Amino acid sequence: MTTYIIRRLFMAIIVLIIVTLIVFFVMQLLPGDPLVIFLGQQAGMGSISQEQLDQLYVRYGLDKPLMVQYWNWVSGIVRGDMGESIYYHEDVGKLLLERFPVTLDLGIKSFILYNVLGITMGMVVALRRGKWIDTFATVLSYIGVSIPVFWLGLLMIYFFGLRLDWFPIAGYTLPTEDLWKNLHQSFLPVICLSLMGWAVIARQTRSSVLEVITQDYIRTAWSKGLTERAIVIKHILKNSLIPVITLMGIGLGLMFGGQVFIEQVFAIPGVGRLLVGSVFAQDYQVVQSATLTIATIVILVNLIVDISYGWLDPRIRYG
Amino acid sequence: MLTEKEVNTTSINEALPRVSEWKRFQRVFFQRKLVLFGLIILALLVITAIFAPLLAPYDPNQISMKESLQQPSWDHLLGTDLQGRDTLSRLIYGSRTALMVGFGSVLFAGVIGITLGLVAGYFGGVTNMIIMRIMDALMGFPMILLALVISAVLGSGIHNVIIALSVATLPGYARVMHGLTLTLRENDYILAERAMGAGDIRTMLRHILPNGLPPMIVLITLQLGALILAEAGLSFLGFGIRPPDAAWGAMVADGRRYLLLYPLLSLAPGIAIMLVVFAFNLVGDGLRDALDPRLRGLL
Repeated sequence: MTTYIIRRLFMAIIVLIIVTLIVFFVMQLLPGDPLVIFLGQQAGMGSISQEQLDQLYVRYGLDKPLMVQYWNWVSGIVRGDMGESIYYHEDVGKLLLERFPVTLDLGIKSFILYNVLGITMGMVVALRRGKWIDTFATVLSYIGVSIPVFWLGLLMIYFFGLRLDWFPIAGYTLPTEDLWKNLHQSFLPVICLSLMGWAVIARQTRSSVLEVITQDYIRTAWSKGLTERAIVIKHILKNSLIPVITLMGIGLGLMFGGQVFIEQVFAIPGVGRLLVGSVFAQDYQVVQSATLTIATIVILVNLIVDISYGWLDPRIRYG
Repeated sequence: MLTEKEVNTTSINEALPRVSEWKRFQRVFFQRKLVLFGLIILALLVITAIFAPLLAPYDPNQISMKESLQQPSWDHLLGTDLQGRDTLSRLIYGSRTALMVGFGSVLFAGVIGITLGLVAGYFGGVTNMIIMRIMDALMGFPMILLALVISAVLGSGIHNVIIALSVATLPGYARVMHGLTLTLRENDYILAERAMGAGDIRTMLRHILPNGLPPMIVLITLQLGALILAEAGLSFLGFGIRPPDAAWGAMVADGRRYLLLYPLLSLAPGIAIMLVVFAFNLVGDGLRDALDPRLRGLL
């Protein structure tokens, strides 16, 4: 097990290094000089002298060779310094830190919601195969993976916000400030974010449970006279969740993608919204750090998934 | 009296009627109503895209301020947008954008991804290590995020959207092909082929690739749906194709401001996106079950 973990960890570190390289060099390909674009937005280029421009280059470290810039960026991140946003004139780490709790709050709520709903529905549907609920779940899971999340958001806003006026259509309050308001405001966004994960998890759980219930040990459990409850929980659920766990990591990536849209649609000040705004403003310090942060989280979660997978299923460890 | 030998041959022939692979495929694929439904939608989509100029009642880019923001009527079945452009005509032309981006990216990413996966899986060792770790790194980004950043770098326009989405979906093909190559490589017929002196390229192209193709076809069909969804997302955020050109995602975004009074502006293109993605998923799943049911859960 230890060698398995060390091997996985080593791979994850290599992948992370490649991720930093991709992010950095892709950003270097941006057309135009970010500093010039920014100054153009501010006051017009005429008002600034070449000398001042040079000073700004030095200040943001843009005068150094690429490899040095890359090294400064990466070593800065390791020290917790992500540089300064050219557009917001603020520390990138601080910008991200302000918005991260928002994204995380929505993310955790949706993660819990879609896993609970997905696993429960997948189980029920597999055990009641062919009944109306099976058809309902199949259709729902197709809709879940086909519906554009931003459009679903607008649909929710239209019906539950504008028409029925049950929920606010925009804004966000931290749960620490006002928990009730937070739950009220995040209800629609969380539902939108969960639908795809719900569909994917339910489908996987269904097919996984259907496979497990044909196994010999389940027949043995029945013939031992165990109660249905014990068989479902202890034998079927536990064994069929193994393949579902891998999907949890993938679901997380999908959800981060979805947050980019949902934060835009519901005007929520999270990392996704910051990212889209920064891409438009060509504020590459923010874009590269935000992208890197999200990629790191996804890779770390997948690492945890891989390790727990190996722990649950010994065949993987030695494979 | 039949001799023993004759009895055997007849019974074998009866027990195993020769069913061609194609017939079996047809039976499983066309038997399901949902798959047929998906196929019909896709056929309609392709027809719409090809004959857009004939089907569209108006020029999709014709601005007419007099007819700004009209409710649906017999003149404009789905109403008009702020610039007085006919929503139905823009919807019809938008199918071209969706299909071009979908097929363009699948072709581009599919060819490169499959080649990378094949080479990595076949040669193993350092080649495998380098290629697959880069693919893992690309997979670390949520697909839409990577596409967003790349299309920001490249700028708007349909070609750039295709490139951005191709890079973002590349690792998916590479991973699946890599996995397939690893299993296919171990088959005896590959060993036999090698023993007869076949080179690496011949073995890869003539034996491994064709055997890996069925799962790849399934993956490509499912990816088409995902790509159309992603393209809609990019154009919703304002990164897709250049405006006046019609794109469903951009139409949803444009209609947002008039949601309460003119909901169709946003809702109609959204339904189009959903229906098309839905159809690709149905057909993809149908293909998977018909080509290789063992892939259930994997693709």
